[in-house]
Amino acid sequence: MSHGQEAGPAPRARLSPRKRQRISRGVQYAVFAAVVVAVALAADWKAVVENFADLDVAKEAFPELITIALKNTVIYTLSAYVVGFVLGLVVALMRLSSIAVYRGVALAYIEVFRGLPALVVFLIFGFGLPVAFPGMKFPFDQYGTVAVALGLVASAYMAETFRAGIQAVPRGQMEAARSLGMSHTRAMVSIIIPQALRIVIPPLTNELILLFKDSSLVFVLGVTSLTTELSKFGGDLATEYADSTPLVLAGAAYLVITLPLGYVVRRLEAKQQKAR
Amino acid sequence: MSAVQIIDLHKSFGDLEVLRGIDATVESGEVVCVIGPSGSGKSTLLRCVNLLEQPNSGTIVVNGAEITDPDCDINAARRRVGMVFQQFNLFQHLTVLDNLTIAQRKVLKRDKADAERTAMENLEKVGVADKARVYPATLSGGQQQRVAIARALSMGPEVMLFDEPTSALDPELVGEVLGVMRQLATEGMTMLVVTHEMQFAREVADKVLFMDGGVVVEQGPPSQVIAAPRHERTKTFLARVLDPINRSE
Repeated sequence: MSHGQEAGPAPRARLSPRKRQRISRGVQYAVFAAVVVAVALAADWKAVVENFADLDVAKEAFPELITIALKNTVIYTLSAYVVGFVLGLVVALMRLSSIAVYRGVALAYIEVFRGLPALVVFLIFGFGLPVAFPGMKFPFDQYGTVAVALGLVASAYMAETFRAGIQAVPRGQMEAARSLGMSHTRAMVSIIIPQALRIVIPPLTNELILLFKDSSLVFVLGVTSLTTELSKFGGDLATEYADSTPLVLAGAAYLVITLPLGYVVRRLEAKQQKAR
Repeated sequence: MSAVQIIDLHKSFGDLEVLRGIDATVESGEVVCVIGPSGSGKSTLLRCVNLLEQPNSGTIVVNGAEITDPDCDINAARRRVGMVFQQFNLFQHLTVLDNLTIAQRKVLKRDKADAERTAMENLEKVGVADKARVYPATLSGGQQQRVAIARALSMGPEVMLFDEPTSALDPELVGEVLGVMRQLATEGMTMLVVTHEMQFAREVADKVLFMDGGVVVEQGPPSQVIAAPRHERTKTFLARVLDPINRSE
């Protein structure tokens, strides 16, 4: 018996797991703090303040940043959201139809518009359609074009969300509705879709956030000083003053909208988690 | 005229033939209980009677209307047949009262006051009138199933179908649902009930159908089918159900 420890109790670890974890955590915090400090020391703060937080330039951005740029961004986004919502619901219902032709069309639609970059869709709308259909104009000019182009992009994603929501409603709900004499359509409208919408509110709100950011692509259609939106507005002003402060302001304006929306999504998700 | 007449009904799911030529009738005012092992096709039979399953062949006549006729208005036919499901299937997004009024209003085109009056009468009947304003998720299983029965009754059906209405319930909640069904039976409702509750079948049923392997093996009054079964398969099944601990294989 030369190896005495084999017979005896297992040797005590020099560090308990808890201690080891505490040390590991401490190292992680230290590294993080070191990086932050290094970045802060390396930055040229004077130049940063001048270029990104110049109050004189910032003053020039108001009130148009709010009254025109933010307003237009909100209009573009909401109108596209409405178009996307309605179209998405229709496509989702076609995708779930018992008629193969509808299913095929819906699938092709979703694959195409989900696969195309929003930028390409905008270019097609801005420059392709006028060539193909001379004299064709969307109602409300620029606003109409954006609502449809951005709405098409959004609708492909929303269709898939709606489809998932409708399929998440238990089958028994449809059976119960039908057994009460409702037609398939009536059961969809009164029973299935209202429950599906509840399920998809959080992902649909996420879609709204994405759409806010995608609305910045409107610039490819060419905007005037009246139809400009946040990104373009900030960019133009930044060029004019050779100073990035307007971009910072534009970014802040996006966050003013998207941060509360993100909060709403988290609340809704937590609420659904509890209801389950 | 029979309330429900089923003639040579066949139904397959893919290669699996679940119903292999069923003949059965339910007379007006009669309570018929369908018993049998799981997989015997009894739920499928019931679901065929309001076309939740489309039969492959055969004829089903409900109150004189041949519902298996392709030209039959199935929505109209279903209005006259109430269905109660194992899983209750109450509409989760609607209050109890709205669960009872929505089909009355959208299908029967009753006005709001009329529909609510009918709904409250039926909730009262099943003993959950005090829950009219709450959502189904807050109710116990027994209460939900009683609401589901009241919902079906609110359409004024001529026949009620029950698909294992107590199978999803905690044992102590079974009695309240069976009590409501028993009351319906004494009021003369025509009922077709798929159930594992032998006590209920014995006391309430006018006729018992024993199904196994997609056919009706034996049918007759409970005093015959349950108390004195003639077929070996019926005997084996009943022995297992009535005495599950000392089951004789």
